[in-house]
Amino acid sequence: MTARDVIVQRAVKEVQDGMNINLGIGMPTLVADALPAGVDVLLQSENGMLGIGPYPVEGTEDADLINAGKETVTAVNGASYFDSATSFSMIRGGHIDLAILGGMEVSQHGDLANWMIPGKMVKGMGGAMDLVVGAKRVIVIMDHVNKHGESKVKKACTLPLTGRGVINRLITDLAVFDFTEQGMVLVELLDGHTLEDVTAKTEAEFINGLT
Amino acid sequence: MDKVTQSFEEIVKQIPDGASIAVGGFGLSGIPEKLILALVAQGTKDLTIYSNNCGVDDWGLGLLLKERQIKKMVASYVGENKTFEQQFLNGEIDVELTPQGTLAERLRAGGSGIPAFYTPTGVGTPIAEGKEVRQFDGEEYVLERGIVADFAFIKGWKADRYGNIVYRHTAQNFNPLCAMAGKVTIAEVEEIVELGALLPDEVHTPAVFVQHVLAGQQYEKRIEKRTVRSKGGEA
Repeated sequence: MTARDVIVQRAVKEVQDGMNINLGIGMPTLVADALPAGVDVLLQSENGMLGIGPYPVEGTEDADLINAGKETVTAVNGASYFDSATSFSMIRGGHIDLAILGGMEVSQHGDLANWMIPGKMVKGMGGAMDLVVGAKRVIVIMDHVNKHGESKVKKACTLPLTGRGVINRLITDLAVFDFTEQGMVLVELLDGHTLEDVTAKTEAEFINGLT
Repeated sequence: MDKVTQSFEEIVKQIPDGASIAVGGFGLSGIPEKLILALVAQGTKDLTIYSNNCGVDDWGLGLLLKERQIKKMVASYVGENKTFEQQFLNGEIDVELTPQGTLAERLRAGGSGIPAFYTPTGVGTPIAEGKEVRQFDGEEYVLERGIVADFAFIKGWKADRYGNIVYRHTAQNFNPLCAMAGKVTIAEVEEIVELGALLPDEVHTPAVFVQHVLAGQQYEKRIEKRTVRSKGGEA
């Protein structure tokens, strides 16, 4: 399995029947494709839709029906459309059970940075800042180290924050961590990685919660 | 009460240099494409635009950018646009990045007579810098301002002559909120129908928020990211 497969397959296990879920742009979108058949959830799109279906059959794509990544999509039976303020009432108001987002950096305090690299062109945060403060459960999925081999799981984020102390769980290609009152806790090793391996590649301080 | 007019060219004549405009749409979906084209043709300058995005290089609000008609942009996401990047890096355009939900609520609030509100979004981030932060029930919130714009451009699916509007699918997005935030709201739609053809139960934007209605012809409705699956197959 590729690192991406490891992360996506693990993230899928977070999804439970009955959930209303928002999946971020990029890798989180792949979670939707990996959901087991028959799982009964509603996927929300922050531009104004609850109940995203699969991509449309070629030739039926509709410019008036897109997701937050501006991709053409379809609606499931039981879907609804609404304006963007109502959409963010759902998000900010704590009505979305689960948000899965990508990350650039995560700190041991549960801070997330994923919207801006100083010195580069700023594209904007879109709905990420609202999602991290509003969803009942926030899970970040990302590679454990960057392309230079440096840990993305840090004592403190060096990049501008998207949210402070907002993450509940972090899933990387190496391990799963929870953010608790006591601190950041290692709860699972993934894909055959060892505690030594994870410790070596993690700048953040964490508690070993493996049983 | 008949708010229907025919000419896009005529309707934008009331918009002076330096005006602020709330513009509906998300990406290129549900954008008032004919009103934008008319404003490009008129050459109105020094505009302040409130809109979630800023179009692409050759369509939507990107056309106003290209002609350097925008002085200030308030948006949540301005990627996908090289013209924007260039003007931003040259210091030619003023940008206020606002989280998407905060932008939606600012428009809704401004249009609802609420000058400011507290939101949890952005606490502890650069967005909160210089803004009042206050605790409620032990949690921190940032004070954000409502938006009232001189004009609003919105795009609907159908309208009647009173200005009741129905949107189609996710092309609704920011349009109802911009309609509320505009002192003068101009709606372009694909079809103008008889009074009574829109059921009161289905009206999204009630007529009171809309001052002018125009029907556009041959909507281009560009798709930014065409994603499909083959027949019977996977994506």
